[in-house]
Amino acid sequence: MFSYIIRRLLHLIPVLIGMSLVVFAIIHAIPGDPALMILGEHATPGALEALRAKLHLNEPLYQQYFYYMLDILQGDLGESLRTKQAISLEIGAYLTATIELAIAALIFAIVVGVNAGIIAAWKRASWFDYIAMLVALVGVSMPVFWLGLMEQWVFVDKLDLLPSTGRFNPREPVDGITGFYVLDTILSGNWAGLKDVVLHLILPSIALGTIPMAIIARMTRSSMLEVMKSDYIRTARAKGLREFWVIYKHALRNAFAPVLTVIGLQLGSLLGGAILTETIFGWPGVGRYINDAIAFRDYPVVQSGVLVIAFLFVMINLVVDILYAYIDPRIQYK
Amino acid sequence: MQSTAQVNTQAAGPVRTRQSSPWRDAWYRLKKQKTALIGLFVIIFFIVVGLLAPVITSQPWDGQNLADKLKPPSAQHWFGTDDLGRDIFTRVIYGARISLWVGFFSVVGSIVIGTSMGLVAGYYGRWVDTIISRLFDIILAFPSILLAIAIVTILGPGLSNALIAIAVINVPTYGRLVRSRVLSIKEEEYVTAAKVLGMSHARILFSHILPNSMAPIIVQGTLGVATAVLEAAALGFLGLGAQAPQPEWGKMIADSRQYITAAYWTVLFPGLAIMLTVLGFNLFGDGLRDALDPKMKQ
Repeated sequence: MFSYIIRRLLHLIPVLIGMSLVVFAIIHAIPGDPALMILGEHATPGALEALRAKLHLNEPLYQQYFYYMLDILQGDLGESLRTKQAISLEIGAYLTATIELAIAALIFAIVVGVNAGIIAAWKRASWFDYIAMLVALVGVSMPVFWLGLMEQWVFVDKLDLLPSTGRFNPREPVDGITGFYVLDTILSGNWAGLKDVVLHLILPSIALGTIPMAIIARMTRSSMLEVMKSDYIRTARAKGLREFWVIYKHALRNAFAPVLTVIGLQLGSLLGGAILTETIFGWPGVGRYINDAIAFRDYPVVQSGVLVIAFLFVMINLVVDILYAYIDPRIQYK
Repeated sequence: MQSTAQVNTQAAGPVRTRQSSPWRDAWYRLKKQKTALIGLFVIIFFIVVGLLAPVITSQPWDGQNLADKLKPPSAQHWFGTDDLGRDIFTRVIYGARISLWVGFFSVVGSIVIGTSMGLVAGYYGRWVDTIISRLFDIILAFPSILLAIAIVTILGPGLSNALIAIAVINVPTYGRLVRSRVLSIKEEEYVTAAKVLGMSHARILFSHILPNSMAPIIVQGTLGVATAVLEAAALGFLGLGAQAPQPEWGKMIADSRQYITAAYWTVLFPGLAIMLTVLGFNLFGDGLRDALDPKMKQ
């Protein structure tokens, strides 16, 4: 196990170097003069020269990369051209917003997806099975941003049931302690605030969680169908166990490994989908931070936003891989 | 997408008296799957609609008429009009050309590059394999849409750059698939036989190994078009793909989202078009997988 973790960590080195090269290229490999691209055609020669000096654009490319890496390793993610603030200070608040949304979406995807998959397998070829699988198929075929807009149209404009944008009612702001507002409202005993924060989470987390939910539901169904043919399920039934326990205790436990793999794979789509969902729902996360930066040609923010999300993604995958190896010792890295 | 080992649980096929070939067997199995045929029908429908766009509608896709802006669906404008008074039905139809174009050619690009890299990595092994596999790992280290954003930021926004970005991010999907096929096929006796007979590496790769890797590539490619159409729409939506006034579905949604309360049709119809196209490719891809490659069946 220990040697597996070491090997997995060593394997990370080329990936992280490659990742940093791609992100480095966002500013330094823009065709033409990056300083001119970033500041626009109306920039003064002085401002252009200052930016070139700051980004070391007058040095050879390999030295630029060296300086870039030196900054990153010291935790310096550069400065936003728009707000003139250090990105490393700004990004924390956005990151907690994204993580909170992603966790809410994941909970939705797992709870709904796993249960829908189980019932569909249990009541195979019933109307529930057909409808659940149809919903799953439509779910993976929908653009996330369109689903978000349709949710707003139906649940906000037409039915007026849920708030449409942001993390809380701006008239009753939530005190930030950890930045995870669900947790913050619980910690401060602000129950009205908790309700408000949860209501704001519903629409964006459904939009973001629908694709993973659909994939998890399909995987759970096929895995359960496979397991339910086993002898030990027949034995469990033969000894008179209630069907509910046969399904949820005996079958699910054995059917869960492939579902867990799929859940791990979906974390990436959650982080990627966040950029679209956050744009629709005015959710102040890293995705929206990047999207706003694209519109303002704030390349340092695009660069660092991409880097932070990609790094988070790599780390999550590392933890998931190690967890697999821990749960199932047969899975060992080649 | 899952790389977990799949167990072939498919029972032996029905007894047939006629002459059988792998492709004919696949077609026979495919014909029995209603959902796959529905998917195929949807795909053909959108291809025909895209090709015959000038015949189906007499209006130009960029024809503005500000007097008629944000009009609801009617006999004259089936899908209503947008904020510039353009006929949305016309734009959705012409949009099929763009989405299918990007979907198809980005997948072809990914397949050509990914297959070549996978063949070389799997066949030669050693350091070549290490380098190519690490390259795939790096691409997969990014959430795909994020890498696409990074690439388009470097290359500059636009439809063709979006196509390139989508092709690049999906290369490892095909590369890893082909590599793993090559690794197993390489050990087959007919490949050993070809080697013993003195066949060149290139000939072994292209006349033995590649044809035997085709089925999963075709299946993955069909499902890949669905993903590519979604990714192109997402880039268009973010303003990094197709640029105005091109009638690209994602871009249309982005430009109209502020009118959704007053004019829902401006957002509804382009989105439905994306969903149906993607659904068609997903249905057909799933059916193809069951028909062509029973081993991949879940």
